[in-house]
Amino acid sequence: MLENIFNLISEHILGPAVGLLVPAGYASNALYTLEVLVKISAILLPLLFCVAYLTYAERKIIGYIQCRLGPNRVGFFGFRLWGLGQPIADVVKLIFKEIIIPAGANKRLFVIAPILAMAPSLAAWAVIPFDETLVLADINAGLLYILALTSLAVYGVIIAGWASNSKYAFLGAMRSAAQIVSYEIAMGFALVCVLIAAGSLNLGRITEAQSGSILHWYWLPLLPIFLVYFISGVAETNRAPFDVAEGESELVAGFHVEYGGMAFSIFFMAEYANMVLISVLTAVLFCGGWLSPFQGMPFLGDQPFLSEPNIAWLLIKTSVFLFMFLWFRATFPRYRYDQIMRLGWKVFLPITIIWIVVVSGMVVAGVGPWFN
Amino acid sequence: MLEQSIFYIFAAFLIFSACMVISVRNPVHAALFLILSFFCSAAIWLILEAEFLAIALVLVYVGAVMVLFLFVVMMLDINISTLREGFSRFLPVGLLVAVLMLAAMGLIVGGGGILSDPETGATGAGQFEAAAGNTRLLGKALFTEYIYPFEVAGAILLVAIIAAIGLTMRKPRTQRTPKPGKQVSIKREERVKLVNMESE
Repeated sequence: MLENIFNLISEHILGPAVGLLVPAGYASNALYTLEVLVKISAILLPLLFCVAYLTYAERKIIGYIQCRLGPNRVGFFGFRLWGLGQPIADVVKLIFKEIIIPAGANKRLFVIAPILAMAPSLAAWAVIPFDETLVLADINAGLLYILALTSLAVYGVIIAGWASNSKYAFLGAMRSAAQIVSYEIAMGFALVCVLIAAGSLNLGRITEAQSGSILHWYWLPLLPIFLVYFISGVAETNRAPFDVAEGESELVAGFHVEYGGMAFSIFFMAEYANMVLISVLTAVLFCGGWLSPFQGMPFLGDQPFLSEPNIAWLLIKTSVFLFMFLWFRATFPRYRYDQIMRLGWKVFLPITIIWIVVVSGMVVAGVGPWFN
Repeated sequence: MLEQSIFYIFAAFLIFSACMVISVRNPVHAALFLILSFFCSAAIWLILEAEFLAIALVLVYVGAVMVLFLFVVMMLDINISTLREGFSRFLPVGLLVAVLMLAAMGLIVGGGGILSDPETGATGAGQFEAAAGNTRLLGKALFTEYIYPFEVAGAILLVAIIAAIGLTMRKPRTQRTPKPGKQVSIKREERVKLVNMESE
């Protein structure tokens, strides 16, 4: 359905517009570029909307978990609407705040750092499949691309900490960099397991390899990897309980302590965009992506709508994982730094390496119902 | 046409950032320019349809090696003026390495080089142009045709890792450190004792 809408837009709006503005020789190139740009905005605008309302959801959910109400004042047109206007009010406030560049800071790097933090978390969405056909770039090395881009996110943090010319920011950046690099290894090995299981680096094909029923999804044969991947994802996004990088009690706010206004909010948005990305990746790699959980079930599996693959399933699964991110934050106390390092290097890394051997054996032996 | 212009943009950026690596004063800036040059060469490899190599370059060098590099450079308090004195002294060595690299590139890219395909005579990138999805191709070649060199390289890397770890463990630890394994498995009964007391 979304495909059809896009084709209509392309045919009736983009085509004539390009015809008017661009010489005929370049029209096909220009139309292609314009189509890609429209597709990119079709992914990114809803994503940024989700990021904005994820902050609202976080405050609401943690509020309810702690027996508070959360934000409930800002609404629209005089109606409070449970505080639904809060993210928009926050954005407006942040836009109008002054961006202060501290004395002795490296100005250029100070400004570039938030952009470097934000860019990889948005660029990774190029290869996420929302549906059998609904993917911006259906490349073969999709999983590698994701791995490469998530490894870039650390630069925004390091550069921000260094360029701020502040001890707190620098210490926060160092902690965060060490943490991200450590957990990336476990994450990389976890993705290797998925790659071995699916026999493909293409995210669409990885999802299709899981079709059958809820028991065919890779969370079952790769159960330890599924857990390792999601926990590493929480650590990689610097979220609680792994948020020593911004430990308020000792580092004020960590690497972005010197940032204010929009520059700060871009770091904030990057963190939330990364959360959404990790959630959607967990859903795609381990929980069947767009596949229906009722597929292949005795009674519900026969229903026409419930058992069919649909983009809604992907969104529901992503929301469940996002909820878990917020739940963790409300539940667990912060890890100590050496405990984080121990968990990454001495627990997760051995588990993933052992499971690579196990899953290779399972694939070679053709253990059903996943690998035959 | 479009492909060429993209190539020239990235090539210009690559040369610019590579020159900046050796000419900027601040070592952190130099490391950042090195990252930029890695990134540009990855983009050029993508134009060559060598997607595995391009992404692996970003993943390994930009995502891991340079992070640690930057980490160390930021922590060190380097005296910049002494660092700059060596520039002319090391110039002959640098030139020698540059000439050697140029010769090696000429052998590979130029016609009739050591890596040309014996049957078709195609060289360098041209050899693999037809194959779509060279990740699979590269994996097959590495694990069948070149399995011995690949395993030897792996063994050498393993030795290097063990040597590096051995170098950091100079003497047995004498100071007492907390053991997180014991700490996380602690039970309430071991720390808190509930006592029933008569109310007065």
